[in-house]
Amino acid sequence: MRYLKTSSMLGVVAAVVAACDNNDPPVTPPSAPPPIAMSDFTISITNLTNARPLSPVALVAHDSIYSYFRVGEPATAELELLAESGDNTDLIAAATADSNVITTRQGAGVIPPGGTESFDLSIAANQVTGARISLATMLVNTNDAFTGLNGLPIASLSAGEVLGFTAIAYDAGTEDDTEAAATIPGPAGGGEGFNVARDDRADFVTMHSGAVTADDGLASSALTSQHRFLNPVARIEVMRIN
Amino acid sequence: MNDRLRGLLCFTSLAIMGPASAAQFSVDVTNLTHSNWFTPLLVAAHPDGTSLFMAGQPASAELQAMAEGGDIGGLETTVTALGGSMVSNPAGGLLAPGQSATADLDTDGTANVLLSVVAMLLPTNDAFLGLNSIVVPTAPGTYTFDVPAYDAGTEANDEIVNGGGAPGAPGIPADPSGVGATGGTGAATADANPNVHVHRGLLGDTDAAGGVSDVDSRVHRWLNPVARIVVTVE
Repeated sequence: MRYLKTSSMLGVVAAVVAACDNNDPPVTPPSAPPPIAMSDFTISITNLTNARPLSPVALVAHDSIYSYFRVGEPATAELELLAESGDNTDLIAAATADSNVITTRQGAGVIPPGGTESFDLSIAANQVTGARISLATMLVNTNDAFTGLNGLPIASLSAGEVLGFTAIAYDAGTEDDTEAAATIPGPAGGGEGFNVARDDRADFVTMHSGAVTADDGLASSALTSQHRFLNPVARIEVMRIN
Repeated sequence: MNDRLRGLLCFTSLAIMGPASAAQFSVDVTNLTHSNWFTPLLVAAHPDGTSLFMAGQPASAELQAMAEGGDIGGLETTVTALGGSMVSNPAGGLLAPGQSATADLDTDGTANVLLSVVAMLLPTNDAFLGLNSIVVPTAPGTYTFDVPAYDAGTEANDEIVNGGGAPGAPGIPADPSGVGATGGTGAATADANPNVHVHRGLLGDTDAAGGVSDVDSRVHRWLNPVARIVVTVE
């Protein structure tokens, strides 16, 4: 009750001050609602590997609820499709239909080793607080490896500031890592991409354990020492423009 | 709200802001690997200037026992002697790939401002995950640390699964993955670097009944990081 009383008294004071003002009260012209302020970001990804093309990127801006994967949990069907075949269609479609997603972007194409692709993202200023960015791309010439970002908060970035990350390779856990030509899409194998069967040792996302390759004793592998990799596999930079 | 209550609240919030280090925090450890198991974890807060291991230095006998056989008893004694605060074995046994375990620590009234986490990786000779003496954050938030696998430097990485887990006994104590390879002739002799160092990874082979290793190169290799440790300060 004390707060209510205080508010009433303040109201009285304000009224008295207004009454003492000789000027006419300002006239507010009727106008269109103010334009929505936008904050612009640039996100770039660079392929750091020797011989692992990165499939067309799926980029998602979202709130704190959306997440496209969690370590130790089974991959969604749309992540399985991306990680096994490089096809981002379903992951983008699922994100677009998700009320926790602000906006999405699709990569223009494959990012070769050493290549970089940049994305521009505009987010309404009132949505930046709590906004996060996720990014997914397959390491081509694998059974089901992917990399990216998983819910990076961007609200703390000030204009002109850049956040740099190195990304590590995950295993979707949806396909056995046989490295056999018939099972890996891309230039090294030319084999099958997506297959609905889940035949990995355990059906959940973990870190990827790397490629063994034929040059290191796995005779049935379509891969050579050129296809081995260590983490990190990509560099991702997020810059806030305004 | 009366003035006395308001005064009490102000006092309480000052008291919360007062200590130099968070008194209560949780430590969540996730096994990121595809097919390596963690032996019982030791999550320990300890005073400034102390540590459980140091890259480039010889492993203590207590660290060796943990890294070669998963026995954290010696390190528990070490932490107790330092006046440390610890949670032993929060997973209640082995921590499987993809799984997590959480330890809640309370360092109120102590000087335990540093945090370390260790556990052996199976199947290996003397590999362990290590978070080494990070300063416990004071501001509320979540802090993520991705950590690599270290090699204690105390045992040859022969990659032979023979039950050898006691300090100084050659071989790997167990392979929880169920691959069950045998007959390896030995993948390596003693480490070139006898001090603690970042593990060079497993060699393995694809021969379940012979070859040089009882580790399967298609299953048991890893790329760092092997563990994600999230410290949450409320």
